[in-house]
Order: sequence, then structure tokens, then C-alpha cells
Amino acid sequence: MAKLKLNSLKKRKNKLADPKYQVEYLSNGIFKNGELPLFQHKIKSSGFTDFKPKPLEIFQINLGYMCNQVCTHCHVDAGPDRKEIMTKETMQLCLDVIEKSGAHTLDLTGGAPEMNPNFRWFVSEASKKGVKDFIVRSNLTIIRANKKYYDLPEFFKQHHVHVVSSMPHWTRGKTDRQRGEGVFNLSIEALKSLNDVGYGMPDSDLKLDLVYNPSGAFMPANQSDLEKDFKKALFEDFGIHFHNLMAITNLPISRFLDFLIASDNYEDYMTTLVESYNPLAVENVMCRNTLSVSWDGWLYDCDFNQMLELKVDGKSKHLKDFDLNSLQNRNIKVSQHCYGCTAGAGSSCQGTTT
Amino acid sequence: MSKSYYDPNDLKKFGEISEFQKELGDNFFHYYNSVFKEGALSAREKALIALAVAHTEQCPYCIDAYTKDSLQRGVTREEMMEAVHVGAAIKSGAALVHSTMMMNKVKKLEG
Repeated sequence: MAKLKLNSLKKRKNKLADPKYQVEYLSNGIFKNGELPLFQHKIKSSGFTDFKPKPLEIFQINLGYMCNQVCTHCHVDAGPDRKEIMTKETMQLCLDVIEKSGAHTLDLTGGAPEMNPNFRWFVSEASKKGVKDFIVRSNLTIIRANKKYYDLPEFFKQHHVHVVSSMPHWTRGKTDRQRGEGVFNLSIEALKSLNDVGYGMPDSDLKLDLVYNPSGAFMPANQSDLEKDFKKALFEDFGIHFHNLMAITNLPISRFLDFLIASDNYEDYMTTLVESYNPLAVENVMCRNTLSVSWDGWLYDCDFNQMLELKVDGKSKHLKDFDLNSLQNRNIKVSQHCYGCTAGAGSSCQGTTT
Repeated sequence: MSKSYYDPNDLKKFGEISEFQKELGDNFFHYYNSVFKEGALSAREKALIALAVAHTEQCPYCIDAYTKDSLQRGVTREEMMEAVHVGAAIKSGAALVHSTMMMNKVKKLEG
């Protein structure tokens, strides 16, 4: 993996910070010369002539791109230098729409969503909306980054939040190479503090799940095998418990795309994704049951399309114009990055899809 | 014929060896796939054994495939290198243990 860089692509004025350039890049080269098929042709040839959503289940809100970490693989290009965060007014719009959406799962992500100054207010208000599963995606280190975050485990518990945390490996070396020096130790401390209040403990209904994504240009192995290895190592070495592991494939966008190109892995990685295309995984890809909301209230088929600024098709493109009927009839926007979700066992924010 | 003996793209053609002898090829792949299934040894442990043997056999295709396979299974750099050292130790040990034959012969001939 490339050496950790301290700034986002945007701050570095890297060409790949421009979503249009990324979409263009993903449509050129091996996809333009016909070496590999375009994703829209591939799904059509496996029977998905109309790629439309199923009933909405997950409402995923990105509270902003600000983060205390600058991970090498980040598809958001998040970091401390990113200032795009959701305002209280947009949060209010989200609260209005949560009930209208009929989604049973609310999923808060970022950046580090906890860094949004209105995070706690929003969680308190949203937890009154009666969703079955209220997820907060925490990078763990934020819990130990500053005294003002130390009580987050208690806060999560108070609102019965389902914590989903990134943990790329059970060893220091692999974790720190991907997420930055010192991240592993802080993550272990944070997991212990979550365990201390009951999160992740066997039989506890305070759910703590981990997200694994590979540390380089390769796909994840079998999710349940990895879960066994994570559970064994984290318990034996640190006495840590968690519930489930979600294995996610790195999608070729943003900083991971930058890494793929810079390390000369792009063509091989795309070839692997295309050759691992699994029609069964297409059935349950997350864009079919999820809506993604950006920090400024725009609607997307998924968090990846959000980062590529591919807004949903149709008239209902913003929280202000939310129309569930129109959204349910939209065509899902796809490009070559979608191969990441349909490869092998499939990949989504909820782990494998098969 | 390409200008080099080894082409990374040939690894993808491995499955095509059945083209010239289907029955034996199919039998081999059935056996090969069965070996790598989770059994008394985990798939992760098998990947590490395969990686070590790939080095002692000096098979570039196998090194390519099992390095990637090991990474996918969460194997660390240290674990991979230790596995290669195990293979190397056996390989060098196997050479050195044969020196007892040489020594026996020397001692017999020279008394």
C-alpha cells in the first residue's frame, strides 16, 4: 500500500478529486477499447434489463466528509481538511423525510459523523423516529481522539445505536499501514470502551459490528472465515468481543482509485472485479434497497454514487423534493465502479450480498 | 510463441489444460479443489503451506496466486515470510542432510 498521505485528494488538488474526471477515467481505457465490458452491458446480459430499486429499507445519511483520519483507501476522500458537513437545517429535512421514507434502517456515516457539531442533537431526534435499526458508522479512533468524545459509548447506549466500526485487521502493522500510525492502538482502546458499556458482548442487544476491507488491490476472502479469525485474535490478544464482521470490497473510486493507478494495479484490479462478476450478488446490491443523502441534502443511489456526484435519476433529487413514489420508479445509475459490489460474494455497507 | 517463457496471463489459462486431455485435467482440478477446502486444516493454513511450497518449487504462477490468496485471507507479511523461511529451511536442510552421504563415502574411501 502507498505511504500514508496527510491530505485529501481535494487539498492536494489531485485530478481525481474531481468526480467527473473519475467517472470519465472509469469509462476509458480498458472499458473504452472493449477489453472489458461496461457494467450496464454486463448486467443487461445477465438479465437485468431494467435496473430499478426494490422497496426502500435503508436510509443512509452522510453527515459530512470531515474526519480525524486520512485512510489510504477512503472512497469519501475524507480528512480533517474537508469542511463539507451537514447543517442543522438539512438535518431537520432528514428528520422530516425519515418517516415518509418507510425505511426500517437509519444509517449515519461520514467522514467521522461524530465530528459534526450537531451530531448528538440529530441522533437524539432521529432515535425518536422509531426505526428498527439505527446505525452509526464510527471509525473508532474518534472515541479516543479528544476528551469530548470519551463518553460516546455511553451516548450510543442511551440511544440504543447499532455501532458499526471499521477495523481493517487484527494486527497493528496492517491496520496502521492502511489507516495511519497509532490507529490500531486507539481502535483497541475504543473497542474496549464499547465492550465496557455492553457493546458487542455475547447475548447483548447493544450491537457492535466490525467492517473489514482489504489493505490493497485484492478482494476480501470469505466473510465468515475472516470473522472467525478476527474474533479469535481480538479476544485472545485483547479480550475484545464483537458481534458480526462485514467484509467490504474496495471500490475503485477516490483515494483507492488513486492508489490503484499510482501502483499500476488498476487494470489488474478491474479485470479481477469483472471476472468475479456474480449475477446473484446483483440481486441484493445496496443501491436497490438504499437511499443515500449527502451533507447538502442531495439524494443518491448509494454512498459511492454520492462521491461520484451521480445524483438519482428522476425529479426527486433533493430532500426538499422527496417523493418516495417517484424514487421507487427511478433507474439506478451505474458505472464501472459498480463491479466492486457485484464481484464474488457481493459487497455492500451490510457486508456480502449472497 | 512469446519471447519469454513465463507470461503472467498464462496463469488465467491454467483451467484450459483440460483442452488436450479432458479426463485427466478434470480429475486433477477436482482433486486440487478438494485439497484446498476447509478440513482439519483451515483454508488460511493451507494457503500458507501452498505459499511456502510455491517458493521451494520456484513456481512464479503459484507465488503470484498464493501471495494474493494469503493477503485475501488476512495473512500478514511476517507470517508469509516465516512460511517461506520454513520452505527454505527444509530445502536447504534437505541438501545438507545429503552431505552425510558424502561424508560416509569420504570416510569409507579414505578410512
